[in-house]
Amino acid sequence: MGVEEIPKETLLEMYRTMHKIRTYEETLAKWYYEGKSPRFDISAGPIPGELHLSSGQESAAVGMCIHLKPEDAVIGTHRAHHFAIAKGVDLKKMTAEIFGKATGLSGGKGGHMHLFDVSKNFSCSGIVGASFPQAVGVGIAAKLKGEDYVAVAVGGDGAANQGTFHEALNLAAVWKLPVIFLIEDNGWAISVPKEKSTAVAKNSERAKAYGIPGVSVDGADVIAVYEVAKEAVERARRGEGPSLIEVRTYRLRGHFEGDPQLYRPKEDLELAKEKDPLRNFEKLLLEKGIATEEELSRIREENEKEVQEAIDFALKSPYPEPEEALKGVFAGGD
Amino acid sequence: MARKLPMYKAISEAIAQEMERDENVFVMGEDIGAYGGIFGATSGLLEKFGLDRVRDTPISESAFIGAALGAASKGMRPIVELMFVDFFGVAMDQIYNHIAKAHYMSGGQVKMPIVITTAIGGGYSDAAQHSQCLYGLFAHVPGLKIVIPSNSYDAKGLMISSIRDDNPVMYFFHKGLMGLGWMPSPEEAAVEVPEEPYTVPIGEAKVVREGDDVTIATVSRMVYEALWAAEELEKAGINAEVLDLRTLVPLDRKTLINSVKKTGRLLVVDEDYMSYGMSGEVITSVVEKVGNELKALPRRIAYPDVPVPYSRVLEKFVLPDKEKIIAAVKEMVQ
Repeated sequence: MGVEEIPKETLLEMYRTMHKIRTYEETLAKWYYEGKSPRFDISAGPIPGELHLSSGQESAAVGMCIHLKPEDAVIGTHRAHHFAIAKGVDLKKMTAEIFGKATGLSGGKGGHMHLFDVSKNFSCSGIVGASFPQAVGVGIAAKLKGEDYVAVAVGGDGAANQGTFHEALNLAAVWKLPVIFLIEDNGWAISVPKEKSTAVAKNSERAKAYGIPGVSVDGADVIAVYEVAKEAVERARRGEGPSLIEVRTYRLRGHFEGDPQLYRPKEDLELAKEKDPLRNFEKLLLEKGIATEEELSRIREENEKEVQEAIDFALKSPYPEPEEALKGVFAGGD
Repeated sequence: MARKLPMYKAISEAIAQEMERDENVFVMGEDIGAYGGIFGATSGLLEKFGLDRVRDTPISESAFIGAALGAASKGMRPIVELMFVDFFGVAMDQIYNHIAKAHYMSGGQVKMPIVITTAIGGGYSDAAQHSQCLYGLFAHVPGLKIVIPSNSYDAKGLMISSIRDDNPVMYFFHKGLMGLGWMPSPEEAAVEVPEEPYTVPIGEAKVVREGDDVTIATVSRMVYEALWAAEELEKAGINAEVLDLRTLVPLDRKTLINSVKKTGRLLVVDEDYMSYGMSGEVITSVVEKVGNELKALPRRIAYPDVPVPYSRVLEKFVLPDKEKIIAAVKEMVQ
């Protein structure tokens, strides 16, 4: 299967989402550094705290989520904006959450690492490896309810060394659950390179230990991700059980904003630029004559407008009432 | 010779000096090598001692914390860092069922000279999974010593004591005391630190400010909030005594009770959650012995029983601070 067999509107939708993610995150980065200079102070500015951006890794989210329905669940990581956007999470509410506003997804209680949108079956977590067992549970629910929805658990290559990864793969395999385990391999667990932390060259090889399919795919090529993800989702929907996908990606930015990246060789960062999936996809669409420069530039303008509207919405929104901090620990009222 | 050091440098210096003194001391953890620890507590160690004794680990906490037990059983003295206290969930079994209990369960045959270090505390919008203190959780489990320094002098001396202790020590450093530059930290936390090795005994509280009207017992960053409050209170004619407990297990009940006997009033300030924690234990320890000598009901300002909210306004509302302390003391003294 090649790019020619994918409908043009699907390809343009993928381009739109990838470009939207990139535009969104680059804009967010600018706002993050507001109030943080000349001295970088993590607690200052309109977006305080940590910020983990996914620039360079958009293909994993877009290639996967294009196959998903609203009922399908995606459970992301601390670096999850790309999956949130690809899963259709409201950009305004998400931005307001990141700015700590009352109009945010969680009214400002969650923040950038803890985005929850039940209407889109999206959530994420700041704890490495937390997604895998949770996705197994979604798979159990699908099976017990006789529904055909699937769950996607996202983790980094670092998370694949966490016990939860191995426990969850085994459980999903033994119960033949509709789960896709997606490892975004960006080669780094903060400062620790994968070859110094992982005993196998590819995390997809670990699928063998649990008797499930495991595929490694080049994240520089969103079409390749699309194809691999399609197969895994279809397999899960048919009731044939879980799959493991490793998407080989590159981090265009630091682990978090403000990360000096002193541990990272220059060549790695240069390679990241070369492997930029957005740039590659744009080139492909133009070279194959699938889209014209005008079409793409219209999409880009629309994205820029949408992102700006989301930022404006967040900026104009009020902060929550301080007392709100004490409410909402338990369901059913405090 | 003494010089002013930020806390992170005092900690790494203590570890380096003990590694020089005793070849059985070694360090494991995430990003503790080339990065020097996300909060700097292991800075410079890799360069001095090499990869064998300064081991970056995969994100496999159960494995490397459990491995500390095995190494300790063969006479090694491992120091393991787990970046944020919030991340301990995944490795709890090795800590609270094994490391904490091995000495007792083996009838004293096994010693566990392990130091487990981690970062605590919020105040910079890192939200619910990166801002907790949780030392009360570990203090609850018999067999773990709990060390929580508030300045660089204590940090070095207590680290050396922790490494030389034949028992497992949980060593908590507050991110907002480390003097990192990118994270706000009170200047007072960076004090004169002797170059040569020295110990601060585990189990000795310190009166950091003398007073007659009320005892404010606290630890870690809250020591400064208490001291700043005491300065203000002095202007209102109230003399507060501030007690830095420094270690929770063992708890220096003698110093605590002596102070309260003198002042007749006790306020406990704690950045950890309120219920079933440090504040309850400290108050009970006093009331059991000298409850009938109190001039006012004991009070506590602790983190209300809610997860740490993200938005700055919400977090500020729930985080104990100088103003809350002043208000409570004024009510107690009137």
